[in-house]
Amino acid sequence: MSVTETIFDKSHEGRPGLALPPMDVPAVSLDRTLVRNVKAKLPQMSEFDVIRHYTNLSNKNMSIDKNFYPLGSCTMKYNPKITERVAALEGFTSMHPHLITNNMTDSMQGTLETIDMLEKTLCEVTGMDAFTTTPQAGAHGEMLGIMMIDAYHKSKGNKRKYVIVPDSSHGTNPATAAMVGYEVITIKSDANGAMDFDEFKAKMSDEVAAVMLTVPNTLGMYNKKIKDICALAHSYDAMMYYDGANMNAIMGVAKPGEIGFDVIHINVHKTFATPHGGGGPGSGPVGVNEKLKPFLPDLGIKKVDGKYELDHRSGTSIGKISPFFGQYGISLRAITYMTSLGGNGMYNASTKAVLNANYIRVRLRDYFDVPFDGLCMHECVFSAKTLAKNGVTAMDIAKYLIDFGMHAPTVYFPLIVKEAIMIEPTETENKETIDIFCDRMIKAVELARKDPAAFKAYPKTWGVSRPDDTLAIKELNVRSRH
Amino acid sequence: MPYTPHTKADIREMLDVIGLEKETDLFSSVPSDLRVDHLNLSDSLDEFSTYTKFKNIAKKNITDKVMFMGGGYYDHIVPSGVDALAGRSEFYTAYTPYQAEASQGTLQSLYEFQSLICEMTGMDVANASMYDGATALAESALMAVRLTRRNKILIDAGVNKTYIKVVQTYLKFRDIDVEVIQMDKDLTDFASVESKIDNTIAAYLFQNPNFFGNVQDFTSLIAKLHESKVLAVMSAYPIALGMIKDPGSLDVDIVCGDGQCLGNYLNFGGPTFGFMATKQEDIRNLPGRIIGKTKDQDGKEMFVLTMQAREQHIRRHRATSNICSNQNLLALRATMFMSLIGRDGFANMSSLCHSKSEYLKSELKKVKGITICNTAPTFNEFVIETPLSAESLLLKLRDAGFYAGINLGNLYENHENKIMISVTEKRSKDELDTLVAAIGEIL
Repeated sequence: MSVTETIFDKSHEGRPGLALPPMDVPAVSLDRTLVRNVKAKLPQMSEFDVIRHYTNLSNKNMSIDKNFYPLGSCTMKYNPKITERVAALEGFTSMHPHLITNNMTDSMQGTLETIDMLEKTLCEVTGMDAFTTTPQAGAHGEMLGIMMIDAYHKSKGNKRKYVIVPDSSHGTNPATAAMVGYEVITIKSDANGAMDFDEFKAKMSDEVAAVMLTVPNTLGMYNKKIKDICALAHSYDAMMYYDGANMNAIMGVAKPGEIGFDVIHINVHKTFATPHGGGGPGSGPVGVNEKLKPFLPDLGIKKVDGKYELDHRSGTSIGKISPFFGQYGISLRAITYMTSLGGNGMYNASTKAVLNANYIRVRLRDYFDVPFDGLCMHECVFSAKTLAKNGVTAMDIAKYLIDFGMHAPTVYFPLIVKEAIMIEPTETENKETIDIFCDRMIKAVELARKDPAAFKAYPKTWGVSRPDDTLAIKELNVRSRH
Repeated sequence: MPYTPHTKADIREMLDVIGLEKETDLFSSVPSDLRVDHLNLSDSLDEFSTYTKFKNIAKKNITDKVMFMGGGYYDHIVPSGVDALAGRSEFYTAYTPYQAEASQGTLQSLYEFQSLICEMTGMDVANASMYDGATALAESALMAVRLTRRNKILIDAGVNKTYIKVVQTYLKFRDIDVEVIQMDKDLTDFASVESKIDNTIAAYLFQNPNFFGNVQDFTSLIAKLHESKVLAVMSAYPIALGMIKDPGSLDVDIVCGDGQCLGNYLNFGGPTFGFMATKQEDIRNLPGRIIGKTKDQDGKEMFVLTMQAREQHIRRHRATSNICSNQNLLALRATMFMSLIGRDGFANMSSLCHSKSEYLKSELKKVKGITICNTAPTFNEFVIETPLSAESLLLKLRDAGFYAGINLGNLYENHENKIMISVTEKRSKDELDTLVAAIGEIL
């Protein structure tokens, strides 16, 4: 049996699948000219066959519930089970979005209340004046943010062409700017890992629409010049965009709105513990200050005489980026988590996230190259460039770790660090787990010095080892032909 | 709940290793004038109190009504197996499958997902999912612009109106013209579309069945589009593809749609996912993640994320899209759903929806005062006109126990008395008869 046997390989002609409700009316069909000639070749399997197939597949995954996931920039914290239980309440799951079209607001008071709770809580955590939950993921939120900035400039008659990003930024930042029609100016990082202020100053002009920053940045460093950057950008009427990917470091510590940012997106699957799901669902609420409020999407909520109503915004609104309230069920999980955590719990979470990261930073700093020294925030970045000279790359270390019950850290990001190893433990891991990880990292370094060739065989315990990515592209096979 | 495991002894020991005296010192790199004292939020809640709070909020929603609303979001069955499998934390607490060896479960499931979408749509290749049907359509329009290097899009007014608005928002920042082509009696006006076709148009975006439930034969229009190298982009309702002609056989260039109907709950519109499928030769312009099969260093078959050079984390501002996530867990639910339903079940489900809808249509025709507005065949949605305003009839029907349809008067001019009704396999004959009786009584 092949290890990659698919549902199509397991299909058997004539095997009945799940039983459907009965045909209790006369069966009819459309005109023959409109009907498909051949049935879609879905598999023919019993329910039990399907359950066994995917249960076995699930065992081929690492997951937070089984393994430590020190992935930098990803905030792989524990997803409390209460959020799944709340999100499964029938009162929430069976709400039809076109009740909005029907304006049946008294049917959806509960749902609207949870959206209001989320918006208000996010405003308090971030110091922004208003939030929208319509963006469907972090990058979608970024896109909305830049669209609103574009609308702001157009409303003032500003002619803007550029968006500034530091070279340590997430790839979504420049991709978003391009998606909304802007050209990108990339600013290099200085010796401390911060956006080079002098270069920024030189590139800043009245043709710049926005500056997109991640704070703390993707090196886990807090930029001490942040207020100066905001002031300089604002002096040209450029908007400051806060990529909230690293919000987990500063809850209850500092508020982006008070620092001087005009717009922010939140990745709820990072900071607010909604499940990563193996790559989604996302939800990317966006917060704005008074300057950008007039440009929010065309659907929001408001409270009138103690009752929630829909707020249909027109005029300066940028319009719709989602049909309704985005990935609502994910927003619901986020507000459930935030309610359970509370204001005190948020500060505690950020504190412990930073504590865990600095503990790892200090325990490992003598074993790896340290590109930027000093106290970090919720993640720390090392480099394996010395080891790489000996033949052991950051990827080799990653592949070694996954054989020891822990996911690899983020490697090769941020792009500005050679052989980057980016570690974000999050606040939910205990000291024993972190010590086991540090001990294993140290063993990896010792092995790298002693026997670098040994690394190429890792991983050894997953059934497969080291995919041929070139072959994947050369002999492109992206679907089963059966 | 704090969800942090640190004991006092742990904290002390860790601070000592770091060389700090107290926890607040951890934030010494944050300038003091930017520090906040506390958050003006309630303190943490225990699990039971949290659950009770949200359970009580959920009760404020009115949900005990028989559902006849559709419009892109449908009340289809969700098999228990889907909840059980997608509820496995090995799936829902996994990260994006960048470390392929430790993510074969997610990767193989997505490869199967892509294959199933291809079978359903009759297309060559599919990506590993998008945010939803509306954004998938917008991304399809952008893909057509990249492929043709033309910057004008035609969009049929029969496309879901909220989708049209999303497409317009996406494109207006890019100097891409969008023209909405008006319909004739809620049907695509083929002559009108043909008159707009020329070699400056990147693509024509349509939906079949259209928003009003009408199924039309687009075969000759698509041939006309191709004569001017205009791409045909179709927004599809997956369940309808169990019966109606698959877009692949119509020579459609890009197919997209929303996957809520494939094993996902209504959830006020999300989480859901979108899908995109296209022809083999256009795969390099597909946005989003794509999973491929390859071999490992010992020659064993395995699955990986492939063609990543299209994506933002590699290509940055030259990427095909800024999209990062796929709606993985929802795409997995669809994969499990399609596997559970199977080949015959998929066709049968489509037939159930259509037959029940036709039965309801024929019964409603007999009710005095009700007109069926559709002049073309419909799949499982149709529009009625009533002597009462749609708003008032829908409220009365809610009191009688039904969410009876969508008020088209709130979407289109001169539709104040029109309601769009959707029927799925979940609706029993008894429920259909009761709805007909209730409408009869009100009128």
